[in-house]
Amino acid sequence: MLFLSQLINGIQIGSIYALVALGYSMVYGIVKLINFAHGDIIMMGSYAVWFFIARLNLHPAVSIVLSILFCAFLGVAIEKVAYKPLRNSPRISLLITAIGVSFLLQYGMQLIFTPNPRMFSNLFPGQLPIGNFSISNATLVTIGVSICMMVLLTILVNRTKMGKAMRAVSEDNEAAQLMGINVNNTISFTFAIGSALAAVAAVLYCCSYQQIEPTMGSMLGLKAFVAAVLGGIGSIPGAVLGGLLIGIAESFTKGYLSSALADAVVFGILILVLLIKPAGILGRNSHEKV
Amino acid sequence: MMLEVNNINVFYGAIHAIREISFQVEEGEIVTLIGANGAGKSTILKTVSGLLHSKTGHIKFLDTDISSANAYSLTRMGLSHVPEGRRIFQELSVEENLEMGAYTRPKGEIRDSMADVFDRFPRLKERRRQVAGTLSGGEQQMLAIGRALMSHPKLVMLDEPSMGLAPLLVEQIFDIIRELNQAGVTILLVEQNARMALQVANRGYVLETGRIILSDEADRLLTNDSVKKAYLGG
Ligand SMILES: Nc1ncnc2c1ncn2[C@@H]1O[C@H](COP(=O)(O)OP(=O)(O)OP(=O)(O)O)[C@@H](O)[C@H]1O
Ligand SMILES: [Mg+2]
Repeated sequence: MLFLSQLINGIQIGSIYALVALGYSMVYGIVKLINFAHGDIIMMGSYAVWFFIARLNLHPAVSIVLSILFCAFLGVAIEKVAYKPLRNSPRISLLITAIGVSFLLQYGMQLIFTPNPRMFSNLFPGQLPIGNFSISNATLVTIGVSICMMVLLTILVNRTKMGKAMRAVSEDNEAAQLMGINVNNTISFTFAIGSALAAVAAVLYCCSYQQIEPTMGSMLGLKAFVAAVLGGIGSIPGAVLGGLLIGIAESFTKGYLSSALADAVVFGILILVLLIKPAGILGRNSHEKV
Repeated sequence: MMLEVNNINVFYGAIHAIREISFQVEEGEIVTLIGANGAGKSTILKTVSGLLHSKTGHIKFLDTDISSANAYSLTRMGLSHVPEGRRIFQELSVEENLEMGAYTRPKGEIRDSMADVFDRFPRLKERRRQVAGTLSGGEQQMLAIGRALMSHPKLVMLDEPSMGLAPLLVEQIFDIIRELNQAGVTILLVEQNARMALQVANRGYVLETGRIILSDEADRLLTNDSVKKAYLGG
């Protein structure tokens, strides 16, 4: 039973990592930037939902929708203000700016809401008993919603005009412009989608962990980044696979070894991937993907 | 006037790549730019298509000033640029590449244009679902041209379409250029293969280190002594 429950826990947290990793991957695909502020979008999304529910007494469903819109807008705004002016600068400037944005969001939120954690009440309380075993509703919702998001994203990227444009821009920005594709809009759209997925991840995360604080995005973001690298950064199926593998590895370490080792195992995986197959499991070296 | 380029100067940082260049393309013409490696041919095409911008002068397309236009907005006006090295989307399927070519057009018109391209290039039809990166060099060039035609262009700029192709395929590419022109498409052709370019063109401009040093009717350039010596192998 320990095995099964750890596996389910792993899939649950792994789906959250996967949603966040998708954001890293899509943004990397299109602007070749490891967006280190992406983890903090989760934090912003968590605070937004909390604020709408606890402070403004809005209906949870309305709060979730508003927070998704808020994060999408925030992601686009960050790109326009902080990253776009540096599009032709060395990658390192962009990376440092992303870290700066991350600090700005974390400390900004500490200033406004204090560094103290806030309680977040689970929006999906209760358990589903299965024989002599039970799964929490929050876990079921997390896995179900994540699967839906991934299916929707796959359809978006492979079937829609905007999705194809995203892939075209990722591969060859100039050639895409010659097709008449507005690259700026396509990049904004990518940030909006990535940030919206982070907001969804935020809600799911908060329901299981029921506590939010301004620095919560760092570790979550970092682990999702490891997941994206493990799966092959730039690859959508890679992000999903990487997220699940990291989640499961972490959960089994907690269950069978020790909770203290879980983070070490995750970063150990990162080092191993970088040593053995830097392109990741599903990544290819030559061509870029969304 | 289809295209009018007037006194452009283009820089890459401190490198002055294009110096005071002016030229025109009339509707229905085939005009070729010839010149050695690094003469500035691709830079001129990129400047016309809005990927680069000139510091001086102006560029007019169908009497509209496009000097400071964004590249993506020109496709809609009827300007199409097949860049050097083909630059097809390797990870997208043949069909998706063609759809990208028609990005600015209403969905309803895409099917007919795609049928036209498939008529012209039956090989592409056979491979429509194949990922474009797996096509042969010749097929990729067909796809690059087909993709450019999907936007229904009035002017097509081709940057070294024969590069790296076997002689038979080169002939085929030049046949396609002729056919397109007969169908009413104006063509600005950049080529290293100066002889074939001048044979197909109405007029030509000879470029040397960023300047136009000669311009004339194509058949007169073919018999010009200095052109013969420098570009036609004596
Ligand atoms: N991105 C760039 N940065 C700096 N210099 C460049 C760049 N692209 C081209 N140049 C320089 O500008 C000049 C013109 O280059 P361009 O590519 O237009 O030549 P070309 O005539 O197309 O040559 P080729 O026949 O080899 O394609 C060359 O001296 C080249 O080195
Ligand atoms: Mg060139």
